[in-house]
Amino acid sequence: MEWETVIGLEIHAQLNTASKIFSGAATAYGAEPNRQACAVDLGLPGVLPVLNEAVVRKAVMLGLALEAQIAPRSVFARKNYFYPDLPKGYQISQFELPIVARGHLEIELDDGSRKRIGVTRAHLEEDAGKSLHEGFGTMTGIDLNRAGTPLVEIVSEPELGSAREAVAYMKKLHALVRYLDICDGNMQEGSFRCDANVSVRPAGESSFGIRTEIKNLNSFRFVERAINFEVERQIELIESGGTVVQETRLFDPDRDETRPMRSKEEANDYRYFPDPDLLPVAIHTEDIEAIRAEMPELPDAKRERFVRDYALSPYDAGALTATRDLADYYEALVAACGAPKLAANWMMGDFTAALNRSELEVGDSPVAPAALAQLLARIQDATISGKIAKEVFDAMWAGEGDADAIIAARGLKQITDTGAIDRIIDDVIAANPVQLEQYRAGKDKLLGFFVGQVMKKTQGKANPAQVNERLRARLRGD
Amino acid sequence: MTLDTLSGWARRLQAGEISSRELTELYLDRIDRLDPGINSFVTVTREQALAAADAADQRLAQGERAPLLGLPVAQKDIFCTHGVRTSCGSRMLDSFVAPYDATVVERMNAAGAVMLGKTNMDEFAMGSSNETSYYGPVRNPWDPERVPGGSSGGSAAAVAARLVPAATGTDTGGSIRQPAAFCGVTGLKPTYGRVSRYGMIAFASSLDQGGPMAASAEDCALMLNAMAGFDPRDSTSLERPDEDFTAGLDRDLKGLRIGLPREYFGDGLHADVRRAVQDALAVLRERGAEPVEISLPNSNLSVPAYYVVAPAECSSNLARYDGVRFGHRCNDPRDLMDLYTRSRAEGFGAEVKRRIMIGTYVLSAGYYDAYYLKAQKVRQLIAEDFRRAFERVDVIAGPTTPELPFRLGEKSADPISMYLSDVYTIAANLAGLPGLSMPAGTIGSLPVGLQLIGNYFEEGRLLNVAHQFQQETGWHQRMPATFA
Repeated sequence: MEWETVIGLEIHAQLNTASKIFSGAATAYGAEPNRQACAVDLGLPGVLPVLNEAVVRKAVMLGLALEAQIAPRSVFARKNYFYPDLPKGYQISQFELPIVARGHLEIELDDGSRKRIGVTRAHLEEDAGKSLHEGFGTMTGIDLNRAGTPLVEIVSEPELGSAREAVAYMKKLHALVRYLDICDGNMQEGSFRCDANVSVRPAGESSFGIRTEIKNLNSFRFVERAINFEVERQIELIESGGTVVQETRLFDPDRDETRPMRSKEEANDYRYFPDPDLLPVAIHTEDIEAIRAEMPELPDAKRERFVRDYALSPYDAGALTATRDLADYYEALVAACGAPKLAANWMMGDFTAALNRSELEVGDSPVAPAALAQLLARIQDATISGKIAKEVFDAMWAGEGDADAIIAARGLKQITDTGAIDRIIDDVIAANPVQLEQYRAGKDKLLGFFVGQVMKKTQGKANPAQVNERLRARLRGD
Repeated sequence: MTLDTLSGWARRLQAGEISSRELTELYLDRIDRLDPGINSFVTVTREQALAAADAADQRLAQGERAPLLGLPVAQKDIFCTHGVRTSCGSRMLDSFVAPYDATVVERMNAAGAVMLGKTNMDEFAMGSSNETSYYGPVRNPWDPERVPGGSSGGSAAAVAARLVPAATGTDTGGSIRQPAAFCGVTGLKPTYGRVSRYGMIAFASSLDQGGPMAASAEDCALMLNAMAGFDPRDSTSLERPDEDFTAGLDRDLKGLRIGLPREYFGDGLHADVRRAVQDALAVLRERGAEPVEISLPNSNLSVPAYYVVAPAECSSNLARYDGVRFGHRCNDPRDLMDLYTRSRAEGFGAEVKRRIMIGTYVLSAGYYDAYYLKAQKVRQLIAEDFRRAFERVDVIAGPTTPELPFRLGEKSADPISMYLSDVYTIAANLAGLPGLSMPAGTIGSLPVGLQLIGNYFEEGRLLNVAHQFQQETGWHQRMPATFA
């Protein structure tokens, strides 16, 4: 039987505010346990939450980017359950009236076509703390630094048809929140994580199969592997006469499988009700318009502009707009060197390779756009060849100075003096009479051999185009 | 030395007739001597009080004139006090020392008040008799066999016995006004949002409101001046300019329209209480007020709506007492579930558990609409009743409670009859309106309270009416003979 996969994602993005959603405590990652938890975060008797307005602003930006409805009035609700790292015994979240509803995001499929994925809602909530099970013997340690960290939970419609689509959606959203500068997107630190609802149904069926929810996937790779495993598991189960049980599962990356969570952990009636400590969040049209006016250019728009303004292929434009930093770097580079295509090739080639090798982000690049522009200018004015430029670039990356200094210091300036090149060509031809004869007998491929010999003798400093042209003439006996 | 009121002491302090230290010692000695008979204090902070008094004397000597400078007060043990145990009347918080001051405490300290200690109360403010306290019941100074009312019974009894000139209370369904009535003192529950709830341990967040309890309306006004004000740490705090609540006390009552709700004088009202209230209303009439009969048709729904909303919120507010971070923790928990269940079973008393269970039930999936949502709609109806009434009248008056202070243990086995003790006070909480109770007469030796309910932000008006009444009558000056 043909099976169809139906996936919906719930993505938790940590909003990158300096302080927590309902208290003034800092949100920075990695502090000593319980050093960034104030009385409000600890849920001490008598404390009250006060909403951090920066959080609302960031949620509105997300809503605008998703072309969603921004609720003029949204309400915080309490989600009640007991857990040791949940200090108040309830999580402040949004339930019936979320701040953002009914948006969408367009993803690109493997065949290059585009698909619009509905976003059901995005709501604000506070994160819980962490339970630490290692290093405390039979006890559990509680770290409440994370308690009260602002999260936006973004819920998609069940419109993703495969693990690949799910990953494409997640990547798209990941790029978007970073563009908006509302989330640092750091998946290792849990700033961007995902729960996947997965079900299968016979192809063409309109009703949904029974779904399972895979919790806490914190990398694109895990999302893909977990969903693929789960889809296969469900199909095998149904085909062998079983039925899928609606449950919460965890992905084990070491064994590459999903396993059910203990049922006790999910049998909760959360008893949601509006939080009487907080007023409804009122957002006026003027507020929305003010935020809209300050929105950065979004990835899709930027990509289209790159295709249009820089005559890039959609693929190149997509790669160069993958992050805001990369796109900003590219635009600064083009502005300085005036060669969009050359700049694109360099950025997607040597520049990206060097970043990866050094495990650096664009913003931490040791070679600034202006410095790279100088190097590209030397290629354009034929001071050096593309090949030599790679050597210069590596030296620049290593901090040896700017392009001109390195070219001078290493004597890499291209030989463009025709007389000098001709003399070397003549030496090479004289030293290889056999090859000369074969060439003249019609073995054209030997041109490459002669070019190679000339370049070797000049240590790569001869202009390759010039060498080619003059060599042909000499070989013909002109 | 004769005992004076808060306002009277303020004048004498400023005139240099007495020092804050002398005043503080006077009351501390009274507490030592007389409180064992009524159990109104949970904690007495003698050393801190004397230090604060000395500091106040220095400031007074330098000519400083803060509103409560040098005046002894007590805090209900629901307000967090930095470095002093804040028990909320519960075993759960018997060992809890707050690392911060509630906004009310902070403001009163800034105004120069000298805190003598923390007053007894029903556990987590749940009760109408002060019998649910972990620290034992408070006794009514007028008759130690009777309850002082609750939940602010400790504050009411302490003020009535003149163990302190004024104290704070909190009122979720009548917890300031009902004990004020039972103990013969004046107590005001302000408009919801007037007094910050920050650091005031939550029972039912949408209903809780702190307020003053003192011997007179004038004293309450003085207290409220220090307690009230916008607080950015409480999102439900009202952003309004500060008011001087003593400013309008002397206005006369000519033409004041007093609404008398038919529903507050019906069946269930003790005949003697009715008579005392009517006598008190006659005094107001003599001073120019005009009685207007009105109706609050949804009054009968207030108790049932309250006993859905308040337990619902309390079930959530009290979830943080889980034995994990602070408060009572059971010995040698076997596992997490054991830690939770035993810590809570041991830490909470029966009434608190009853309300947590009711609240958990009414918020459960499948019951939410029928209970919680419906109760919220009833709240709207009750608020609407008042809105209409205040189109016709300036204040509403009636009995504070349907009956006289009852005997200890009399209603302990019958929670419903206990709950009905707040039948006239709950509606003001559901609507968020200010309400005041003042002594309006006695039956035998027992005081009777008259309740005044005002429109939003009309605390000044309520205090004015009460003050005018107190110019004419001496009920508020009476004190129980054994405490003279």
